[in-house]
Amino acid sequence: MATISLHNIEHSYLARPRGPEDWALKRLDLEWLDGGAYALLGPSGCGKTTLLNIISGLVRPTEGKVLFDGIDLTDRPTDRRHIAQVFQFPVVYDTMTVWENLAFPLRNRRLPRAEIEQKVAAIADMLDLSGMLNKRAAGLTADGKQKISLGRGLVRSDVNVVMFDEPLTVIDPHLKWQLRSKLKELHQRTRRTMIYVTHDQTEALTFADKVVVMHEGSVVQIGSPLELFERPRHTFVGHFIGSPGMNVLPCAVDGGAVLFAGQRVAVEKPPTAAIGGRRTEIGVRPEFVTLAQAGIPVSIVKVSDAGRFRIVEARHGDDRIKLLVEQGVAVPADTAHVRFDPAHTRLYADGQLLE
Amino acid sequence: MTLELRNVVKSVGAQTHIHDTSLQLAREGFNILLGTTLAGKTTLMQLMAGLEPPSRGEVWFDGKNVTGVAVQKRNVSMVYQQFINYPNLTVFENIASPLRVQRMPQAEIDKRVNRIAELVQIAPMLRRRPHELSGGQQQRTALARALVKDADLVLLDEPLANLDFKLREELRDELPKLFLSRHSVVVFATTDPMDALLLGGHTATVREGRITQFGPTAAVYHRPADLITAQVFSNPPINTATVRKQGPTIVLSDSVRWPAKAALAPLPDGPYLLGIRPHHISPVAKHRAATPLDGQVQIAELSGSESTIHFRHGSLQWVSQSHGMHAVEVGTTIPLFIDTDHAMYFNGEGRLVAA
Repeated sequence: MATISLHNIEHSYLARPRGPEDWALKRLDLEWLDGGAYALLGPSGCGKTTLLNIISGLVRPTEGKVLFDGIDLTDRPTDRRHIAQVFQFPVVYDTMTVWENLAFPLRNRRLPRAEIEQKVAAIADMLDLSGMLNKRAAGLTADGKQKISLGRGLVRSDVNVVMFDEPLTVIDPHLKWQLRSKLKELHQRTRRTMIYVTHDQTEALTFADKVVVMHEGSVVQIGSPLELFERPRHTFVGHFIGSPGMNVLPCAVDGGAVLFAGQRVAVEKPPTAAIGGRRTEIGVRPEFVTLAQAGIPVSIVKVSDAGRFRIVEARHGDDRIKLLVEQGVAVPADTAHVRFDPAHTRLYADGQLLE
Repeated sequence: MTLELRNVVKSVGAQTHIHDTSLQLAREGFNILLGTTLAGKTTLMQLMAGLEPPSRGEVWFDGKNVTGVAVQKRNVSMVYQQFINYPNLTVFENIASPLRVQRMPQAEIDKRVNRIAELVQIAPMLRRRPHELSGGQQQRTALARALVKDADLVLLDEPLANLDFKLREELRDELPKLFLSRHSVVVFATTDPMDALLLGGHTATVREGRITQFGPTAAVYHRPADLITAQVFSNPPINTATVRKQGPTIVLSDSVRWPAKAALAPLPDGPYLLGIRPHHISPVAKHRAATPLDGQVQIAELSGSESTIHFRHGSLQWVSQSHGMHAVEVGTTIPLFIDTDHAMYFNGEGRLVAA
């Protein structure tokens, strides 16, 4: 177990990178504390897999250092970093039994038989695999196989970190819940450092204590799920997290007043310093927009029944505003007024939260 | 103007993949096939397309019996989960390929491809080849090809499954709009209940080769005809238990009972199956008919905007999902509240008797 530090890391897949677009990862410093449950969240192409491969040693960063407990491992190969990885598609030896699959990493390390027996039994118990240890892996379903992959990643006690790369992508929604709960429980019981890479916000937010959000090769925010939801520091985070994402609406700033649709909008923190020529927007989540008697006039474009609630899509001019409405609340058919909750309405300049 | 399956059966050897199924699909709105992997969705689509002949029964289209008519002789488009494009052709030629087969004049091809590319927002990519596109752009290319020829029947087999979460959300919004001005019968298969809810239209729930219910999506969701349909159409899974009706009271356990709703009054006393969706159990008593029960917390998933609590009540393993952040300690016993107004009751055969 170790604290992993990434020190001034930059990476390009090109031999001679020139412009900023040539860098898959832009300069970043990150620290992964021992025993933490982390998620690395971002759309495809944001650099999250590159970052994962730098930690595991599959990719050597163009610049910067990788430290495990302060020791520079930048040039140490993957197999000497003591890392366990679980991939998107289950990696299972079909001809082996479930027990042999789980024991494989331990046998490779020539652990005594008794210790292997004990560790495999413990991990099988945690994953509800005890009843099928003598079965051939070939006959298992996709989620059964992925459980074995998870088990193999977790069976060793000498690993510094367990990394999961989109481990639930091939699993049906109703089984995702079970496996995700299992993973969370395993973290709570083993306190291994875990890094979970995903593009799926629900998976990231429910698994991790700290979520690292990436966009175009940079880390845009690191925070708890609550911080990312309540106070996105960048409009990208506001849009990317939450379903539907945060409404981002162009606004004008006149002294201390914020104006949208020709009306003054109360924001949590009114601007104090000069905005200059920066592009200003207000950000407010659909959860904090309500139908009201007065306020911003909108036309109702669409009402979707999401089961637990309804998603109302409204328009003011060219701006689209989404709001969540509970079942049973009447939604006017054509025009209405909406109101933003001032405590949850934020002001952004050039995409950055004004704090 | 419809697609109709009349008592269709599909068997392979001794195995029945699709049991006796009759279904009428209209041109208005999407027709969703909702079910887990291997439920029979893809087989149903192959029967509709004529890619597979039924073992028994008939397929009718617009009042014509098309059973046994090869897919090439019918005007059908398909999009699969694994987006398939011709790697050596440009995006333009990929989209134009069905029109080339029809020997359409070049000017008409140009017009159509450009219009459809605008619609799915890949117009700037037309000169590129598929490998130069992101996954989302490749899937849009495949969609554009399916849309360009004005097919009578469009079959979309989990077309969003391999896409990033946010892109999936965006395309889910756009897709129904793309078909608004068309006269195709559109069938969309998915494992995700949220896809079905937000795409609207009609939904058929599929389980083990049978369609358990077919109707307007919101109606199937809010009033499932049987427990299996309720289970297929709930994510997280619907909570179930056996309860007893004792005169005017419903008894869940020694400590938990509530007044039977009016619809239950005429029914005999005895055991019933209870179904209650996770969002109707909350750690806060906010409902009119909030019935308290205690739950031992197994897992707590806090996503920033929502709390999902997996808990145990006696031998029951249930899930509660509620708005807001409710920090609870794993292992402790906490009070929870069931909104029994939204409880569903099923008889011994699993048929809905009161909701």
